[in-house]
Amino acid sequence: MPEATVILDATAIQRALTRIAHEIAERNEHSTEVVLIGIPVGGDHLAARLAKILSGIWNHAVPVGILDVTMHRDDLDQRVAPTVHPTDIPFDVTGKTVVLVDDVLFSGRTTRAAMDALNDFGRPKKIQLAVLVDRGHRDLPIKADFVGKNVPTSLDEKISLLLTESGAARDEVILKKK
Amino acid sequence: MSWTKKHLLDIESLTAEEITTVLDTARGFKAVGERAIKKVPALRGKTVVNLFVEPSTRTRISFELAAQRLSADIVNFSAEASSFKKGETLKDTALNLEALNADFIIIRHSASGAPHFLSRVLDAHVINAGDGAHEHPTQALLDTFTIREKKGKIAGLNVTILGDILYSRVARSDIWALTKLGANVTLCGPSTLVPKTFEQMGCRVTHDVDEAIRDADVINLLRIQHERQRKTMFPSIGEYTQLFGLNKARFAKTKPDALIMHPGPINRGVEIDSEIADCSRSVILEQVTNGLAVRMAVLFLVNGGKALPEPAQ
Repeated sequence: MPEATVILDATAIQRALTRIAHEIAERNEHSTEVVLIGIPVGGDHLAARLAKILSGIWNHAVPVGILDVTMHRDDLDQRVAPTVHPTDIPFDVTGKTVVLVDDVLFSGRTTRAAMDALNDFGRPKKIQLAVLVDRGHRDLPIKADFVGKNVPTSLDEKISLLLTESGAARDEVILKKK
Repeated sequence: MSWTKKHLLDIESLTAEEITTVLDTARGFKAVGERAIKKVPALRGKTVVNLFVEPSTRTRISFELAAQRLSADIVNFSAEASSFKKGETLKDTALNLEALNADFIIIRHSASGAPHFLSRVLDAHVINAGDGAHEHPTQALLDTFTIREKKGKIAGLNVTILGDILYSRVARSDIWALTKLGANVTLCGPSTLVPKTFEQMGCRVTHDVDEAIRDADVINLLRIQHERQRKTMFPSIGEYTQLFGLNKARFAKTKPDALIMHPGPINRGVEIDSEIADCSRSVILEQVTNGLAVRMAVLFLVNGGKALPEPAQ
């Protein structure tokens, strides 16, 4: 069994999300322009949680969408076809500030694909990026606006986010040797 | 999720899990078709050849749109306007297409096994769009997709396939797909077109149409394949309609939520009454919509499929 370390427990995840929500609120003075879009798997649930916290801060509902980026990936030729998830963006993104939400920021290729995919749905005024964990090793010039935790990793490690929404017993972020 | 196949040649060689993978993937692609911008860049720069040696409109257009919506380039090839007329073999034609760097060859051919043959001589991905009376895998995938979407499941459902089974590649692919996913399949039609030997494929054969449709959750009607029948297998079309056509009286005895399906082209007034074809339980046009999503999913999945090494001799 590879060694697994818990790098964020349920309380720490909740605390990080609360802080990110306050940072989003601080950065965006026009709260009605802000929409959250999560990237599956993981980012969609985090986006829903962030929206809940933000609606408490702003006293109005914050729209949440799901954006699947698999068809926009640049590595489709180099791997077995990834799982395609439904995309559900029940609002117009044109003129909005879109906060993309992902669980782990790694190479930056998912974020690039997400920005590309978002083009098909309209022209946002701004795009910001919120991630629960930034593990480094970027391949592209991409930087997160909001980060839950910076975790220095080596390339042979893997970070997994477990959430109760996806059937896990408790919320956890785990670091494992591959 | 599991898909490691380089080609889609038939349903027989797929596992239930692989079939489910295609259906799950197709769900994502169906949503793409409902967007304002219906195109994704997944196969950008790839070349797809529609090699249709046997005529087809619906399947060819469906594959053509599927490839275009994945941003691939597509070339249509029809037998009438080709070197087949000048005596070129299928293998040479296919090798010529591959020499033009085609990445996918979608083949429809009147000979069973033509796609399997091509998959052995080509490096390109081969997709079977119907080979003789053997298989029509994407039709079975879109049929199971439609049933699963409407009924929420496949396992345990009673599915009746009614009509010309003997000459139907759709029937064979449907039987494989549905039985692998756990449906109870009943075949019905004239005894000349629905021989008992089909029971070996794990389904029930009956020649009593009223009994076949009474408990059916899904009724899939098939057209009489005049082009494949070498001699008359039943006395007349009129008699077929009388004995096996889905008319209003028979329709009234079906389950109130039974789905009516047909792979098309439909012959109104022969295998199906015109009003039934247009009724609210008919999902014939949704099958067409779903066919596009399923074919996008197939192209997407085989693109990532890794070729398995040849078995050692």
